[in-house]
Amino acid sequence: MNYDYLIIGNSTAAVGCIEGIRENDREGSICVVTDENYTVYGRPLISYLLWNKTTEKNMLNYRPSNFYKKNDVELILGVRAEKINPDKKTILLSDGQEIGYGKLLVATGSSPFVPPMKGLDTVEKKFSFMTLDDAKALAGAIDKDSRVLIVGAGLIGLKCAEGISDRVKSLTVVDLANRILPSILDEKGSGIVQKHIESHGVKFYLNDSVAEFKDGAATLSSGKKIEYDAVVIAVGVRANTSLVADAGGEVNRGIVTDLKCRTTLDDVYAAGDCAESLNSITGQKQVLALLPNAYMMGSAAGVNMSGGEKLYDDAIPMNSIGFWGLHVITAGDYEGEAYVKRDGSKYKKLVTSGGRLRGFILIGEIERAGIYTRLVREQTPLDEIDFEAIKERPQEMAFSRAVRKDDLGGAK
Amino acid sequence: MKRIYVNEEWCLGCHLCEYQCAFANSGINDMVKALKGKTIHPRIQVEGGNSISFAVNCRHCSDARCIKGCISGALSRDKDGVVVIDTEKCVGCFTCILSCPYGAIMPSSDHSVVQKCQLCMDNQMGEPACVKGCPNRAIVYEERI
Ligand SMILES: Cc1cc2nc3c(=O)[nH]c(=O)nc-3n(C[C@H](O)[C@H](O)[C@H](O)COP(=O)(O)OP(=O)(O)OC[C@H]3O[C@@H](n4cnc5c(N)ncnc54)[C@H](O)[C@@H]3O)c2cc1C
Ligand code: SF4
Ligand code: SF4
Repeated sequence: MNYDYLIIGNSTAAVGCIEGIRENDREGSICVVTDENYTVYGRPLISYLLWNKTTEKNMLNYRPSNFYKKNDVELILGVRAEKINPDKKTILLSDGQEIGYGKLLVATGSSPFVPPMKGLDTVEKKFSFMTLDDAKALAGAIDKDSRVLIVGAGLIGLKCAEGISDRVKSLTVVDLANRILPSILDEKGSGIVQKHIESHGVKFYLNDSVAEFKDGAATLSSGKKIEYDAVVIAVGVRANTSLVADAGGEVNRGIVTDLKCRTTLDDVYAAGDCAESLNSITGQKQVLALLPNAYMMGSAAGVNMSGGEKLYDDAIPMNSIGFWGLHVITAGDYEGEAYVKRDGSKYKKLVTSGGRLRGFILIGEIERAGIYTRLVREQTPLDEIDFEAIKERPQEMAFSRAVRKDDLGGAK
Repeated sequence: MKRIYVNEEWCLGCHLCEYQCAFANSGINDMVKALKGKTIHPRIQVEGGNSISFAVNCRHCSDARCIKGCISGALSRDKDGVVVIDTEKCVGCFTCILSCPYGAIMPSSDHSVVQKCQLCMDNQMGEPACVKGCPNRAIVYEERI
């Protein structure tokens, strides 16, 4: 078979790409290959599924059930892409098929990173927490008497903890770092969120690591012994870059792409968690493994693949996450001068540098956060707005009358 | 498409639009019963004070960041261009609040999901109640290109 557009991976970046292609080209043939056995679902929803905040049916409704049909997309489920042959412009599938492409998008996401740990192979019930099947397997292996040990106090480990909290007897989280969520929070923020999570019964061992798993107990480097019935490994993820690397394309931590989302291989694009993109705040290329970014990059790739022109040049790190009702919204980074306001579990930090808002942390009070995100993304000179007012709270009033007129009165 | 636009210079800062919005979306037919003694959670918010004020609600952006970033697919555009929320699918992660450049989408009253202006296409009104109720035409519902 031969398709005008071929996509490896069937998650958010793929959906962005399909919708981007169809903005330009209603006719070209599209095929999507995935090694999962589901139509697209919102990956972050797996913890909400276990917490009974959504259902599998709703999850699989990330796009309406007629999405593939409406967009005339051929979907191949449960098959891996094994190899890209950029000279022949084909890919080889695990079932032996070879499929040709006009343009190829690699949207393979990331895989859990499992560091070597002594005795891990003796742990009978061990899980990653990345896919719907992972979530189902974990749910099937735990009950109200289970003591669960989670290795990793990052976003995925802690979302997993929240998700299974009502199903198990106890939850313990171990991390090498001395604080939780270091990728998005500063020290104060980590402390506030940790305290909140602890109040829901989670026990933390930070600055510590598992030295050995043996006979249902983990011995930590500190000497502490923790008995477990199941273990979740959530130390980190690695971008799935090997398809492109093996075909001779350039990869770093993620697949190297230019502003049009092209890899260094002809007619091969990459988007989402598998790819590096430009962090417009720092000017550095990095993997920005977040769902909104995966969509935006996928969509830009789709537009470019189908003859349009769209630069993916305004990406920033940004995150919204909640734990047991405490919401945290962050964007950018925290290199600069900080304005901090704290009130119990409410916390706000705005970081400026060079007269621009460079990043922010909001905990507890998150209303209208997008106005701050906009200042970061657009690098708005702060002397053009009423920064004192916007420090208090995000508001349109802080912009000039002309900007407001365009925002609220201009055609959209 | 027809959208709600703000004429800032006409706004009196009376907050009537907020009450009209809360009433229209309360599902209750009697305005007194719907609003009296209750904290309202309108989808339109009046900003400002004595000298300048204006109402802010969803712009129904044609390039809507809230839709693109939604982790559950709960936000979408209906056939008329209205940006709508499916609260069955929403899990209350607030990524859309992080994404919306106007601060126009907000937590629902119990914070379990989000709410936003849907131009009163999702209630009994059939046309924006805030616009209808504005005493000074400081918000209008019209087509602008
Ligand atoms: C538990 C959890 C919670 C999260 N929470 C948030 C959150 O709150 N907010 C947020 O912004 N982000 C969150 N994320 C991150 C978010 O899920 C990702 O950024 C997003 O899913 C990336 O989309 P993607 O399309 O790049 O790749 P992925 O969603 O990783 O999908 C890649 C797909 O490609 C398939 N694939 C890989 N290799 C092959 C191959 N060779 N052949 C065929 N198929 C292949 C994979 O099986 C997978 O289905 C979370 C992630 C997890 C795991
Ligand atoms: S909620 Fe915000 S981003 Fe979404 S359509 Fe409305 S104004 Fe635009
Ligand atoms: S809060 Fe609801 S609508 Fe907003 S991004 Fe999350 S799931 Fe989507």
